[in-house]
Amino acid sequence: MYAIIALVLKELLALLKDKRSRMVIIVPPILQLLIFGYAASFDLDRLPYAVLDRDGGAGARALLAEMAGSPHFDERYRLRDVAEVARLIDQQEVLMVVQIDPQFERRLQAGETAPVQLLIDGRNSNTAQIVRSYATQVIERFNSAWGARASSVPLAQLEPRSWYNPNLESRWFFIPGVVGILTLVVTMVTTALSVAREREQGTFDQLLVTPMQPLQILLGKALPGLLIGLIEGSLVVTLAVLWFEIPLLGSLGALYATIGVFLLAAVGVGLMISSLVSTLQQALLGAFLFMVPAVILSGFATPIANMPDWVQWLTYINPMRYYLICLRGVFLEATPLTALWPHLWPLMLFATVNLGLAGWLFRHKLY
Amino acid sequence: MINRRLRALLRKEFLQVWRDPSSIAIAFVLPVFLLLLFGFGVSMDARHVPLGVVVERPSSVSESLVAAFRHSDYFAPRPFLSRQAGEAALQANQVNGLLILPQTLDEQLSTGQGAGVQLLLNGVDSNSARLLQGYVRGVFEGWLARQQAARGRAGATVEAQPRIWFNPELRSRNYLVPGLMVINMTLVGALLTALVMAREWERGTLEALMVTPVTLREILIGKTLPYFTLGMGGMLLSAGLSILLFEVPLRGSLWALILFSALFMLTALGMGLLISVVAKNQFVAGMAAIVSTFLPAFLLSGFLFDIDSMPWVVQLVTHIVAARYFVTILQTLFLAGDVWGVILPNAAALSLLATLFFGLARRQLHKRLE
Repeated sequence: MYAIIALVLKELLALLKDKRSRMVIIVPPILQLLIFGYAASFDLDRLPYAVLDRDGGAGARALLAEMAGSPHFDERYRLRDVAEVARLIDQQEVLMVVQIDPQFERRLQAGETAPVQLLIDGRNSNTAQIVRSYATQVIERFNSAWGARASSVPLAQLEPRSWYNPNLESRWFFIPGVVGILTLVVTMVTTALSVAREREQGTFDQLLVTPMQPLQILLGKALPGLLIGLIEGSLVVTLAVLWFEIPLLGSLGALYATIGVFLLAAVGVGLMISSLVSTLQQALLGAFLFMVPAVILSGFATPIANMPDWVQWLTYINPMRYYLICLRGVFLEATPLTALWPHLWPLMLFATVNLGLAGWLFRHKLY
Repeated sequence: MINRRLRALLRKEFLQVWRDPSSIAIAFVLPVFLLLLFGFGVSMDARHVPLGVVVERPSSVSESLVAAFRHSDYFAPRPFLSRQAGEAALQANQVNGLLILPQTLDEQLSTGQGAGVQLLLNGVDSNSARLLQGYVRGVFEGWLARQQAARGRAGATVEAQPRIWFNPELRSRNYLVPGLMVINMTLVGALLTALVMAREWERGTLEALMVTPVTLREILIGKTLPYFTLGMGGMLLSAGLSILLFEVPLRGSLWALILFSALFMLTALGMGLLISVVAKNQFVAGMAAIVSTFLPAFLLSGFLFDIDSMPWVVQLVTHIVAARYFVTILQTLFLAGDVWGVILPNAAALSLLATLFFGLARRQLHKRLE
């Protein structure tokens, strides 16, 4: 026991004594949560658009006023000529051009369907879809206002209501995910690199010939990463709740159970990587090879349900998948610990297998 | 420019790359692996979204609405007998939304009172929920227009006719794959060079190099060129895969793609070198490389999230993320063509960043010991 404590202390000193390494461990996660918390959002506003009104009637003016009044849109140009449209979109001056044809007013007065063309830059197809749905909403609002003037109530209407996130704020979805990614990075990389460094410098061999049991060495290497991960995790969660005002509806117990189990798994991955490599460069490569797929296939930004079946199967061996489900559940849905169990046991299994394998590799591999 | 000293340095660096296969793996295996995985795996295009439907009182009207959803490729409607059962399924994430057709639907439609059809969404994944809401609305409005017409109540309405330029089918792969190429190259560039100087500091071999007549400029070139070659090899491989395998259209010219990729590769390597020179320690350099490459390139480059919608402070930060400029260049080159008005300013920004990174690296590197 004393040996483990000594090793943990030595590890923490090695990590925190050097000013530069202290900086890279502590500052980035906090800074990144602040920056990414603001950046990661699909809520668009002030979208630049241009108008080509070839009708100029009262109906067209009312529709354009409705659009200009929307907080999502920002009118930049009034065009006179169709020829200008292509240049504005090509040069990314605007994301959308609203084009109203000459017959617009006549059709509207005649009670026909009047078309409005929305020309949208599709280079980023996700943004394009969001722009399209915002513009369609504006037109629907116009339609119901116009219909009310003609005193015809629509026969039926859709009443959408969202659970857990009534205003569908992107940030509520992404920030728990960012918390997840940051805890992964810090914990896994600290563990992987610190062992790889000892291997490269040869001090790991010295550790192996001390009277310490391999299990003790393993624990001594795992605990500092776990500790740092827990502290960083608490910091970013606090920031998410107090600064970004993300609702934390679930219990702290459930939150820490999730983080704790996941950190064990992350430390396990770090130790696995470090037991397979002999230089820091290889450890770095290993960390990236795990981290990038783990993040992209976690459902962080693109839903798992949209992936092809074989990739969906792959996500079952990705600890991030379970972690993000649990984090979002605890934050937004107040999921109790018992309901998290279906996602927690795979994480536990993951942690056990990784730590076990890493321990075995520690004993059986010596460069 | 290439004298004997530089040639010797280059030869040494090439040999080192050759003998530690991890550099070659970084340049070739990593990008191909990531591109294949994400090119096939990542998609924003939802299909057959499970949508629960509760019909409180079946009739020909309710049947026509449900049929409209069934005919759409986007939805896979699942009937529920009661509202409770539907809500339970929504809670358990078995369906993404729940449409409730009220008992009074038929009656309210025929009396013209205006019926309300409720749509419940699971808002945890807010983006998917919003897209789902848009699609449900589209189907619903179409159905409503037919109902109104059938009852002789077609009123004047404005109909949106969206046209998406450059990517009419909204194939998300067309913009995700160029974006992934940027992420790949950012990783490759930084990974290749982030450790090279730090490693020599740590092992003390840089001191040995310092006492030779070799100049600092030669050292930096010697450290850049071999990795540049490797990185460009990986880049060409990913570009080939994107065009041939993923069928992303390349509407711009090939020479422009290669030229600007080379420029970006230099910037990425320059950043790696700078990290390496400043850190002087492989652990710090490795952490810095991870922190400053993948996540910024993923989140701050405009690859996924629209930069113009970010707060201005964050927008300022994105200006030092080289990936930002290259994402714009690649998306334009691939999907729109050689639009110089977009490409040249971004290329100028990249050149500026590259000069900055190499300049700083050169300044931070001294031929003396601390």
